[in-house]
Amino acid sequence: MLLIQSLGGDRLKKILEVQNLHVSFSTYGGEVKAVRGVTFDLFEGETLAIVGESGCGKSVTANSIMQLIPKPAGKISEGNIIFKDIDITNANEKQMRNIRGVDISMIFQDPMTALNPTLSIGHQLMEGLKQHQNISNKKAKEKAIEMLNLVGIPNPEERLEQYPHQLSGGMRQRIVIAIALICEPDLLIADEPTTALDVTIQAQILELFGKIQKETNVAIILITHDFGVVANIADRIAVMYAGKIIESGMKEEIFYHPKHPYTLGLLHSIPRLDQKDDELIPIDGTPPDLFSPPVGCPFTARCPHAIVACEKMYPLRHESSLSHYVDCWLYDERVKNMKQTN
Amino acid sequence: MIKYIIKRFLMMLLTLWIITTLTFILMMSIPGSPFNDVSDKTSNEAVQANLESHFNLDKPMIVQYYYYLESIVTLDFGPSIKKPNDTVNDLLGRGFPISFELGIISIIVAIISGIILGVFAALKHNGIIDYLAMSIAVLGISIPNFVLATFLIQQLAVNLELLPVATWKSPSHMILPTIALATGPMAIIARLTRSSMLEVLTQDYIKMARAKGLAPYKIIIKHALKNALMPVVTILGTLLAGILTGTFVIEKIFAIPGMGQYFVESISQRDYPVIMGTTVFYSAFLIIMLFLVDIAYGVLDPRIKLHKEKGD
Amino acid sequence: MDQQTKKMAQDPTSAEIPSDWLKPINRDQLKQEDVVRPSLSYWQDAWQRLKKNKLAMSGLIFLIILAIMAIFGPYMSPYTVGEQNLPNQNQAPSWSHWFGTDGLGRDVFTRTWYGARISLFVGLMAALIDFFVGVIYGGISGYKGGRTDNILMRIIEILYGLPYLLVVILLLVVLGPSLLTIILALTVTGWVGMARIVRGQVLQLKNYEFVHASQSFGAKTSRIIKRNLLPNTMGPIIVQMTLTVPSAIFAEAFLSFLGLGVSSPYASWGVMANDALTAILSGHWWRLFFPAFFISATMFAFNVLGDGLQDALDPKLRR
Repeated sequence: MLLIQSLGGDRLKKILEVQNLHVSFSTYGGEVKAVRGVTFDLFEGETLAIVGESGCGKSVTANSIMQLIPKPAGKISEGNIIFKDIDITNANEKQMRNIRGVDISMIFQDPMTALNPTLSIGHQLMEGLKQHQNISNKKAKEKAIEMLNLVGIPNPEERLEQYPHQLSGGMRQRIVIAIALICEPDLLIADEPTTALDVTIQAQILELFGKIQKETNVAIILITHDFGVVANIADRIAVMYAGKIIESGMKEEIFYHPKHPYTLGLLHSIPRLDQKDDELIPIDGTPPDLFSPPVGCPFTARCPHAIVACEKMYPLRHESSLSHYVDCWLYDERVKNMKQTN
Repeated sequence: MIKYIIKRFLMMLLTLWIITTLTFILMMSIPGSPFNDVSDKTSNEAVQANLESHFNLDKPMIVQYYYYLESIVTLDFGPSIKKPNDTVNDLLGRGFPISFELGIISIIVAIISGIILGVFAALKHNGIIDYLAMSIAVLGISIPNFVLATFLIQQLAVNLELLPVATWKSPSHMILPTIALATGPMAIIARLTRSSMLEVLTQDYIKMARAKGLAPYKIIIKHALKNALMPVVTILGTLLAGILTGTFVIEKIFAIPGMGQYFVESISQRDYPVIMGTTVFYSAFLIIMLFLVDIAYGVLDPRIKLHKEKGD
Repeated sequence: MDQQTKKMAQDPTSAEIPSDWLKPINRDQLKQEDVVRPSLSYWQDAWQRLKKNKLAMSGLIFLIILAIMAIFGPYMSPYTVGEQNLPNQNQAPSWSHWFGTDGLGRDVFTRTWYGARISLFVGLMAALIDFFVGVIYGGISGYKGGRTDNILMRIIEILYGLPYLLVVILLLVVLGPSLLTIILALTVTGWVGMARIVRGQVLQLKNYEFVHASQSFGAKTSRIIKRNLLPNTMGPIIVQMTLTVPSAIFAEAFLSFLGLGVSSPYASWGVMANDALTAILSGHWWRLFFPAFFISATMFAFNVLGDGLQDALDPKLRR
């Protein structure tokens, strides 16, 4: 992160800082520790991808930033989320309402369910605008049409009168994006925005993200399980596993010099067209139970290189560059030295 | 939409035909025919003659069936056996408006209070209000309306003398019968509203609405309530049927001179034309109501509208 | 914790790493730790959850006691169900008549348990018949699909449109009221709800892969329904049955109240309540109280048990 600052100098403003975030849910079977000490930050106009398997806590992290964790079951038990100068973890519901949709917006996974089936597209587009700005109906409509044009929807005026079921999945996701952007937020959180879509539509939506970022300079947090999606639009990548960020770095660093055995495993399990003989290697096993997460590295049981240390204690952070770090014992100097001497 | 309405309408006509035919077959299958067997002291020549001419009892069955259908289409249900001066139409004309009034007041009370109870229970899920509302609802479903009615009379009318015991004369007379009749449907609506509201509140579009920073009341009224009330609309027809049959016992207990009174009387006296006429009339009424509810549902839910337009 | 481990915990950045920490981990040991959580079967799990629901459990206990009293209750008093004793009419509850006597001097205690027999019998029989007809009809409709399903569902739609209690009243007027005809009348249209539920479940399940798998092995339709589909649809069916019972009990009481119930000397709760209607004005509260209380309590018990089962059997809530 220091690197980014030194590279960008004063031009880049930090807009979000997540510090040591812990989120847990009390359920029928006990307390699930879904997020266990997540730290990252985000700069203006940047795209950060948070990558991990389902259940690794990436969506919970995203929802925490919006304060949309289902209460009272879920709660932020530790840590801070600082957006610009506001500590979101201490903000009350009323303050949050003025942040949501205005400063931070969110896009959901399934466009089929994210739109209300009984309200018209126009209504759903304009209601956020009307909530936050003192705006006339005519102006709101103009803005809505402008947004639909931005996200590439033909005949925007007609669409305003239509209902969600009259549109295709890709169209609906464009609408959802238009809704999220209508108040011109500084941060857009996209939670698996392309997972529910066809592959060709996926590419179009990702392209749209790039276009939007160019035009509005919005910062994006992209939550995904798919490295293929990341390759297109991310600047930086954070890999999450069992509620922790286990590796983080610039996109190139993660793709060309992955450090953590888990990241390596994830990269090996995506099909690639350019390398024919590269075999797809699935990662054996399942993530640990987050009711009682292990004290050591959570990947130990599935890791082909695991040593006893991994099980005994969570690894120390190893920074291989100013922007790239990994939590893994294999990169600990002492372990390396002892291995060589043995 | 037009196609949907026509389909529903034809379905309604079919159901009407089935219920009228069923009534005819059942009545004709009574041993010794219900109309010839009136040789007891209450009958007289005039009644017998009325019945003969109305039901064409001397004609073959199929002809009788034809005349029966004709009389139903023209809404002429024939004479009463036990009340020689009245036709079934006279009784309906006198009794039905009162029963209708009782039923309409009850269903309105049930809908309003049920929805309020259900919504608050869902919003305060697992809180005290939720438990309280759902306890009331389970009790409401479990206590039969006639038990509730007698209990109310005993406590509020006889013991405390707060309200009149019986009959249907002024608004204060209407309170107890309405409570007795509305509680059951209210409980059903409250439970349904609650569960469907809880379901809706977990939907992505509610989360999306929250992510827009909308005020909570807007989320609840605009986004949640409309969707949550869809299932409630679908059971209105069934509830109406329950309320209508409920008026039979409630009118009996409170001595309200509605159609239910006459109907219960006709059952115990085996006054077959009245039983037949009332059944057919009430069935038709309910089936038409059911049809209207269906149409209302189609209007409320944009998905049905389009689906039916597009669909072939 | 040994010495070296402690040192690591205190000063992780510079302490010496214990040498045995560098050995590859023992995977067999790890695997054993995986199976610490006991896995419960579907039914065990559901039962565990039902047990935690106090209201549902008290409903169940009430129903068990009621069933026992319905069987043995009438033998606990020296009176029989129809035994009239006019000089003893309308007596308040006392040692000789625990629940008092009615207008004909009959013992309300004895009659109440007789009423329990009738109510439970009517309720259970209605639920059972609904179950058989509904499962067969709904199962065929859902499994066959296509034209068959279309026709069967049209029929259901029409039946659903018929006003249930009016049809029942009409049937009873014609057939004459008796225990058998009441049950028959209640089930003539009662199975429709069950058939709909079963069909929905079957439709959902028949797209599952294991059904296709057994089909590809040449399993017969009846066998697939019996072996694969039914066990998976039992949850909602049990709930529906539990909720059918109270509505049948209500319908029986309602019909008795209209004068279409079981005839004297037999007693059902509805008949007793109907007889007692005038008694409340004269202050003979016990004549109405006992049948009314037991109708309500029984329906309440079945309703809370049904709700409890619904929560307990819902696979979505299962973890």
